[in-house]
Amino acid sequence: MTRPTESAPEVNVDTSKGEQLKADLDDLLDEIDEVLEENAEEFVRNYVQKGGE
Amino acid sequence: MAIAKVLGIETEFGIAGGPEQDPITASSVIVNAYAQRGIAHINWDFEGETPGVDARGLAGLTAFAPIVETQLANTVLANGARLYVDHAHPEYSSPECRSPLEAVRFDVAGEEVLRRAQRIANESLGPVQAITIYKNNSDGKGNSYGCHENYLVARSVEFGDLVRALVPHFVSRQIVIGAGKVGFETDRPRGARPAYQVSQRAEFFEEVVGLETTLKRPIINTRDETHGDAERFRRLHVIIGDANLSQYATAVKLGATALLLAALEDQGLRGFPAAPRDPVRAVRAFAADPTLQAAVDCVDERSRTAWDYQDELWTLAERYVAQHGGDAVADHDEVRFILDQWREMLDGVRDDPAVVADRIDWVAKQRILDGYRDRYDLAEDDARLRAIDLQYHDLRPGRSLAARVGLRRLFDEDSIDAAIVEPPGSTRAYFRGQCVKRFPEAIAAANWDSVVFDLGDGPLQRVPMPDPLRGTAALTAHLFETNSTAIDLLTALGG
Repeated sequence: MTRPTESAPEVNVDTSKGEQLKADLDDLLDEIDEVLEENAEEFVRNYVQKGGE
Repeated sequence: MAIAKVLGIETEFGIAGGPEQDPITASSVIVNAYAQRGIAHINWDFEGETPGVDARGLAGLTAFAPIVETQLANTVLANGARLYVDHAHPEYSSPECRSPLEAVRFDVAGEEVLRRAQRIANESLGPVQAITIYKNNSDGKGNSYGCHENYLVARSVEFGDLVRALVPHFVSRQIVIGAGKVGFETDRPRGARPAYQVSQRAEFFEEVVGLETTLKRPIINTRDETHGDAERFRRLHVIIGDANLSQYATAVKLGATALLLAALEDQGLRGFPAAPRDPVRAVRAFAADPTLQAAVDCVDERSRTAWDYQDELWTLAERYVAQHGGDAVADHDEVRFILDQWREMLDGVRDDPAVVADRIDWVAKQRILDGYRDRYDLAEDDARLRAIDLQYHDLRPGRSLAARVGLRRLFDEDSIDAAIVEPPGSTRAYFRGQCVKRFPEAIAAANWDSVVFDLGDGPLQRVPMPDPLRGTAALTAHLFETNSTAIDLLTALGG
């Protein structure tokens, strides 16, 4: 099958982008405990919906 | 020529909290909170609602016609959308739009409408009864609720051809637009690991074609309720999609499907890949395998992965646009954008998922789950992983994980704010929205294909809108500029 005709990015660009993505993820993981509901078990157990549509 | 792919999205939101923890009450509180503090409170008109009509001609013997509930909170917004209680969920149905990106904008506006309604409601409810709202599709316990798309299709297209064209797309598109989910809620396919699925909805599908939406859900839904001129149009009601937080995913979901429908109208089934032998098994197998290696047997004796299907369908759409243009779907630049993003997301999800984690919900969610699990060395069934899954979809800015994963946006806040109070100019939603905005006291009710006026004396006056492409800004803006009352407007319309 045909593929899009885009030139491949430079390797070093690719690497720094990968590192940036990793750093962003680490920042988010640092933040996540403050955002998560305190009692995860109870929060998850209590989330019950009726079917819809 | 393919007809204009007028389109829109209906989203049922998950809801928790509220008075006595009752979801129907909570949903009503949400709708009424917005209606009373918001722009308007216009009743919905149920004339013409026939969700039990089956596109195959007659309903299957075991199929129950869906029930239209008339007692629950229900209103029409100034942007032409409908906000109401559907079963036990608040639902926002976007106005009809003329292009995929326009529809994304009004879908995102819907998120903001629910967020504002939540804020208004919670001001009076207080912290104990506070309501939380989620843009997701399941509770992790076997209960699912929908995110439906609607597309205008020429009535001349045989329904059987729609089925043949779309089944391969609907079973496979989840690898680009799935919203991701921790765990399984129905029977787990053999060999599937317990951790993660590509799609929220896939495992709830049990039939290939059918009228149902709440049980025995079909990949192709046959509800034949046009909300317009049924001799010319069909409204294809698509129930097999996840609610997306990624605006890019919503754009590709709508754009890819609309392009394939236009291709079907213009060139028939030529180029569409053969269906899986067992489409229900295929949609579940593809969902259960985030490594994208799962392949299924197809009716042409080949075996295909979901990626193979999407690759063939992208190529079909690309060639269709090269040959016919994509005017039925959007202008040239927007069609190019849709095709390029579809391609990038498809290649990215296979070659380097981290690069498309800013556009694909299931990839974005999986990265946080994997990162968090590895950091704390959690078991795969740890409740915190399910909590992360849920909170990805939480609409509260302070709790939403989707708002924190770096998803790319298509529209800025001003554009979304405008889409909450102004209808799209490109369809009959313009006329509906302008009437709601300018003459709320004179409107008795409204629905998709009419607005009913009550001018105080004499009978109610219904303005029919059977064509979604009439009632646009181009055709009616001057009427609103030159007629400052509902009576003048109706007189000018010849009523």
